[in-house]
This record gives sequence, structure tokens and C-alpha cells, in this order.
Amino acid sequence: MEGQGLYAERKVFSLVLERRSSALALLFFVLVLILVFLAPIIAPTDPYLMSVRQRLTPPGDSFFLGSDAFGRDVLSRLLYAGRVSLMIGAGVALSSSILGVLIGLMAGFFRNLDGLISRIIDAMMAFPDILLAISLVAILGGSMINVIIALSIVYTPRIARIVRASTLVIRELPYVEAACSLGSSTVYVLTRHVLLNILSPIIVQATFIFVYAMLAEAGLSFLGVGVDPSTPTWGIMINEGRQYIDQAPYLILFPGLAISFSVLSLQLVGDGLRDALDPRIARQM
Amino acid sequence: MGMVVLIVLTIAFFIVRLAPGDPAALMLGPDATPEQAQELRSRLGLDQPIIIQYASFIVSAVKGDLGQSIFFNQPVTQVLKSRAEPTVFLSLFSLIIALVVAVPIGIYAAYRRGSFFDQSVISIAMLAASVPSFWTGLMAQRWLATEYGWFPASGYGGPDTVFIDRMVYLVLPALVLGVVNSALILRFTRASMLDVLSEDYIRTARSKGMREPRVVLRHGLRNAGIPIITVIGLTFALLVSGAVVTERVFNIPGMGNLVVNAVLRRDYPVIQGTLIVVAVTYVIINLVTDLLYLLVDKRVQY
Repeated sequence: MEGQGLYAERKVFSLVLERRSSALALLFFVLVLILVFLAPIIAPTDPYLMSVRQRLTPPGDSFFLGSDAFGRDVLSRLLYAGRVSLMIGAGVALSSSILGVLIGLMAGFFRNLDGLISRIIDAMMAFPDILLAISLVAILGGSMINVIIALSIVYTPRIARIVRASTLVIRELPYVEAACSLGSSTVYVLTRHVLLNILSPIIVQATFIFVYAMLAEAGLSFLGVGVDPSTPTWGIMINEGRQYIDQAPYLILFPGLAISFSVLSLQLVGDGLRDALDPRIARQM
Repeated sequence: MGMVVLIVLTIAFFIVRLAPGDPAALMLGPDATPEQAQELRSRLGLDQPIIIQYASFIVSAVKGDLGQSIFFNQPVTQVLKSRAEPTVFLSLFSLIIALVVAVPIGIYAAYRRGSFFDQSVISIAMLAASVPSFWTGLMAQRWLATEYGWFPASGYGGPDTVFIDRMVYLVLPALVLGVVNSALILRFTRASMLDVLSEDYIRTARSKGMREPRVVLRHGLRNAGIPIITVIGLTFALLVSGAVVTERVFNIPGMGNLVVNAVLRRDYPVIQGTLIVVAVTYVIINLVTDLLYLLVDKRVQY
């Protein structure tokens, strides 16, 4: 069993890499990850270092990507901001997956809980993501951890819905019945037989939630209700650059490109994963 | 549906009570005296047991009373009503733009599956879905409005601007939001057309000698309609999220701008009211799309 699982994973991985766009996207995303996590080493200067005399310097020799209104180096800030943006994306993808799996498994496996949980999921999904997220951040307070909590609450129903639907199918399969009649505990059946068989749609959805969370975080920061504004994130950099859009359009150009390309690469990886895991969809898309 | 609305109201009720500490003190800010906080608490009914608060909240919400705005000192419904026009038209225009762009292109891309056109369309749609809408908005504002002066850069006119002139302010924001949202509709249209175009009855129609446009539009689109209608219902949430941010970019005094300001002012009743109105609208729109199935597909019966 273990060997088979490993084989299947390897096969999926090579299928993802077979698609040129997904392989390139994965490479690009890993590169972004390496760059932002090496920020303390590779950033040209301290991202908080101000130099008023060199404010709004266009990209060039002294500042590779220019300097902002306080004379801070845009490249260094971009690298440090990337850490926060990516950590929020990863944090949200991880925590909403864990919560969503728990809730979805309960709804899918225990018939008497299903009705209520499904209605709650429907109601949660009726709130547009940015609207629910800003309300939650307003109430919890703006910090990185609260943004992660708020966005996890927003995206948990998406995972839960998929887990529930897949669990409903798996629950009826003979081997689950066999395991139950052999006296396996519910927790064992749920984790060993159900969860392991629905991992792939969860992983695909988690990749997309990473994407949504990064975009939503940028949106929240842009609206001024995200992370504490002294911490640079890509959204905050765009918000700060807004006032200087006429003199220094590069201030919003570069963080915008950083968000867009990170999101694009992750979406391509997600698409590749989905196609590799579900060949039926692959034919269509 | 009634159950979902009840849960929506329940979530909106409890979200505000998630706030650490006393909501009245939070709303008034650090300068408030204990007497003011006490006064606000009793005005909002916060000194009552939680179950009574909940029951009276639900009863008044069902009656259409969403409480009083702290900042405006007006009923929340009235505040929302005065800000609804730009948001409603912005969402409507962007939806129309998104449909006009996405549906024909999606159909044609599916028809010419695998062609250069198809592949470029998918790539562009993917890129459009990756760019934050506020960034596209800022760029469009900078170049198309400020630089070339083709559109008004921001605002929504003065108090005596006539309706049609107010709508002119929405053209650029609606274009930005529409193009961003067309990506999802396009991908859905294309995918469901691909599904349908491989069906046997399409082959039959062709072998009868039917002309291609008729095969694709009459036999194809008719049957691909249901997933497309579903996605239009789902786009609503995306449109509202987009509208919140876009209104902020173009400084349009709509519900999105209202809710962001309410967040910054800690005007909880307004936040709560906006959440309820938007979520209930979403539920209704999805009910309407369910009913539209009946018109499109005679096989669906309720």
C-alpha cells in the first residue's frame, strides 16, 4: 500500500512536470520562494532604511528598482514584502485545509450532521470573500495572524464543501463498509480509508486557496484594513505608491507585477496538478 | 433558502460579538467616558442577555430594520439605500461587459479547440485572473483617464449631476471590473461548450447537413447554458468583492466605499447591515439562476 501511494505521487509529480507551462511555473514559483526567504542576505539594503534626500529616485544605478517617497529601496522592500504575502497565502491554505477537512469529513460521514453543516457552508459562501474578510479583520484587529485567521474562516467552506462531496461518494464504497463491519474505529476509517482517497482534490483546492488568499491579502492591504502598515506587503506597497502614481509609476508597477506573476505561476501549478490528478478534466481544459 | 438566510443573519450577529472586549467601548474609541459607553450599550441593547439580543436582532432584521449607524446616526437601511445606486450599476455594467466579452469568445475558443486562438484566449484569461483588480484599476486610471483623458478619473459627480452623467463616471471602473471578471465566465463557457460539442446529438445535427452556426448556437449553446447560468450566479460574489476595491480606487461613493469607511470608523451596525444585504442578495440571485434553468432546460423539474 505504502509503495503504491508513493508510486502514484511520483507519477502525479512527473505528469505535472510534463506540461511545460506547469513545469516553468513551478520553477518560477520556487525561485520566488528562494528569493524572498533569502531576503535578509540578498536585499541590497535594509527595507526600512530611509534616505530623504534620495526620495522617489527612478530605477537606476543607486536603486535598482527605484526608491519610494521616504527614499527606501523598492527592491529590498519588494523582497521583504514577498515574505509576508507568501506566508499569509501559505498559512491560509494550510489552516483552511485542516479545518475544512475536519468539517467536511464530519458532514460527509455523519448523516445527522450533514444538513446543518451544509446550510452553514452555503450561508458562509454567500458572503463575498473581501467583504467577510474586512469585517473579520475589523473586529479581530489588523495583524498578520488575524489576517490569516480571517481569510482562513473565509476559505474553509470551500475545502469543506469539496471534502464533504468526496466523502459522500467514498462512504458508499464496499471497502469502507468492509472496514466498518470488521470493527475498525470511525476515526481509523475516516483517516485511513476516506481521507487518503480524497487527498488529491484537497491539494488542488488548497493551491487555489493559496492564490485567492494572496490576492485577498493584497486587496485588504490596499484598502488599509490588512496587516499593520509598517510591515511591507505587496498590497501595502501599492497603496503607499498610489499618491505618487504620476511622478513615480514604478512604485505600483513592481509590486503589482510581483503579485501577478506569483499568482499566475501558482495558478498554473494548480491547473497542472488538477489535470494530473483528474485526467477527465484534463481533456477539457 | 429560509434556513440559509437565518444562518446568514446568525453569522452576522455573532461576527460583531467576536470582538475582544466591549463592542460599545470599541465603537466609541479610546476617548469615550464610561457613561457614554453605558449609554451606547443600552441603546444597542448590549446590556440584555445574549439570547434576547439575538432574538430581537433576528426579528427586526426580518422586518427590514438593520439597526442604527453610529457614525451617520441614521438607520442602516437608509444609509445603505443612499449608497446603493453606484454599486448596483457598477456591478450590473461589469456583468454585462463580462458576458459580452466572455461568452462569444468562450464559445469560439471551444469551437476552435487547440487552435492558436484558443490557446491565446486561455492564457489571457489566466493572466486576467491573476492580476489584482485594484492594480488594473490604478493603471487604467493613470493611463486612460489622467494621461489621455478618455474617461473621468474618479468620483461620481456632484449632488446635482444628472443620472446619465453619473453613469459616465462608472464606464472605466465597469470596464476594469468587467474584464477582470470575464476570465471566470470565459473558462466556464469554454469548458461546458467543449463538453457539449462532443455529444452524439451534435454529430447527428452535423450529419443532417445543418449549418455550423446553427449546430453550435442552437444545439450547443442551449445545452451548455446551465453551467454558464450557474457561473453568472457565482460571479456575483466576485463582482461585489471587486466592486468594494474598485470603488475605493475610483473614489465612487457606493456600498463598497461605505463598508471600508465603516470598518475604519468601527461602525459595526453598518458592517453588519452590508454583510446581510449582500449575502441575502446572493442567496436570491442564486435562487433566480435556479429558476432560469427551467427556462433553458425543459428536463429540469422542481
